[in-house]
Amino acid sequence: MDIFLQQIINGLVQGSIYALVALGYTMVYGIMGLINFAHGEVVMIGTLVAISVAGTLIKAGVPVALAGVNGLAAAVLVCMALGWGLERIAYRPLRNAPRLTPLITAIGMSIVLQNVAMIVWGRNYLTFPHLLPKVNFEFAGAHFTAIQVMIVGVSGLTMAGLVFLVYRTRLGMAMRATAQNPQVASLMGVNSNRVISAAFVIGSALGALAGVMVGTYYEIAHYQMGFMLGLKAFTAAVLGGIGNLAGAMAGGILLGIIEALGAGYIGDLTGGFFGSHYQDIFAFIVLIVVLMFKPSGLFGEKTGDRA
Amino acid sequence: MLEVTGLRVAYGGIQAVRSITFHVNEGEMVALIGANGAGKTSTLKAIARVLDAAGGDVHFCGEKITRIAPHDVIRQGIALVPEGRGVFPRLTVAENLAMGAFVRNDAVDIEKDLKMVFGYFPRLKEREAQLAGTLSGGEQQMLAIGRALMSRPRMLLLDEPSMGLAPIMVQKIFEVIRAVAAQGMTILLIEQNAKLALETSQRGYVMESGEITLHGAAGDLLNDPKVRAAYLGE
Ligand SMILES: Nc1ncnc2c1ncn2[C@@H]1O[C@H](COP(=O)(O)OP(=O)(O)OP(=O)(O)O)[C@@H](O)[C@H]1O
Ligand SMILES: [Mg+2]
Repeated sequence: MDIFLQQIINGLVQGSIYALVALGYTMVYGIMGLINFAHGEVVMIGTLVAISVAGTLIKAGVPVALAGVNGLAAAVLVCMALGWGLERIAYRPLRNAPRLTPLITAIGMSIVLQNVAMIVWGRNYLTFPHLLPKVNFEFAGAHFTAIQVMIVGVSGLTMAGLVFLVYRTRLGMAMRATAQNPQVASLMGVNSNRVISAAFVIGSALGALAGVMVGTYYEIAHYQMGFMLGLKAFTAAVLGGIGNLAGAMAGGILLGIIEALGAGYIGDLTGGFFGSHYQDIFAFIVLIVVLMFKPSGLFGEKTGDRA
Repeated sequence: MLEVTGLRVAYGGIQAVRSITFHVNEGEMVALIGANGAGKTSTLKAIARVLDAAGGDVHFCGEKITRIAPHDVIRQGIALVPEGRGVFPRLTVAENLAMGAFVRNDAVDIEKDLKMVFGYFPRLKEREAQLAGTLSGGEQQMLAIGRALMSRPRMLLLDEPSMGLAPIMVQKIFEVIRAVAAQGMTILLIEQNAKLALETSQRGYVMESGEITLHGAAGDLLNDPKVRAAYLGE
């Protein structure tokens, strides 16, 4: 029972991060039907920027909390610019191209970004500075840290903010209208280029936040970290129903919990044959099962007319 | 007010509209009629910049709008009610109407116009919080017209507002169109239902295979033997 509750908590933390990243995939997909495979790399760049900025400031004697805030702000700004630039340079020229073309471009951009990161930050694992004190809590036999509480709390608030933006503001209404009927939205005066840019910029900002959380949580980062994280967040988006905001959030949390429970019990279930380091397989089992039996995902309304 | 000169529209190699010229005066309702595939929708789409014209020009209030950005057309004062309504299915009725006023920021007047739209279509008021995709076809047509009016346009382009509607609903919709016209709105009306269109309009143009073959006062066209034979089923 202890391990169950413990893994639920761990899964919730990891799942919050997946959810934030999944939102980036789902917003872009919802509006323009594109799977931006470079999104994981945007998250990775966010983590590395935060390391550089926060690390440098801490070395210069700036208080840790202030350095952390600056690192986060820098990561968010750099990623917003990167998301905007990606759309502008890589995807916009292909707006009317066959669907496979931007997909291949997205994979290409993800390779480019990985290589840029490798040149800038090197091939080695980087350690993320300690931004939060190590405080432990205990609840019903399960342990958790201040960092975990912060990750879940900040993710929750951020997602609430996003829901407000999408459902209660003019920009959000324009985004939803464009997702439903881009031609008529432009007849209403919506500049679809701006809406698409906004989706990339907002998704990238969420990704940067997620990247900083991953760094704070695992205290380690690497230029290839975006690949697996991106793939899992994409799985979460598909699980929830890609294009659907609530789906991305629920899919992320659910995937995090499935993975954590899987990792917690896989040893017992296989008589010790597989260890918890096999936890990555669960995401892909989920992806395959969803694609086979419910490709529209948990919250998806329709299948097959996009991507 | 609207001057279309030598407008051409092509899809790949197919010429859908072959150099048509027509105009609509301020405060006038003009019908553009023709058989399926004549090129009526293509003409409207080119005017509203949903499509690029392959040639020719469109002037509105003296200004050339042939190449302006699609999202600026409504800022010029032209509102298109598209064929098939084009309501946003997963936005509520209220949100669809708000989208109509997207380019405006005069909250007080928007509120007034909303009252006016609900005055024309009380049914929309009842369905305010409902998702547009769950409305009946007739209600969706009301919403599409209401949404266009919410931009407070100088000119309305209506693409087959009677399409797929029961006669009683067609009557209701056309009552509102007449009422809007009576307020001085300039309207270009496309219709399959040539009789209804000509009875409602002052002038008419007849389109066949991408060309305008006849035009004149609506009453004259109604009595024209060729029009009667081809479009009025006589
Ligand atoms: N997207 C498209 N691609 C290729 N051809 C098209 C396209 N849209 C219309 N056409 C062709 O252009 C011609 C004119 O079509 P258009 O829709 O303008 O006719 P219409 O007069 O509005 O007809 P209807 O009364 O049936 O609505 C038709 O031959 C049609 O097949
Ligand atoms: Mg048509």
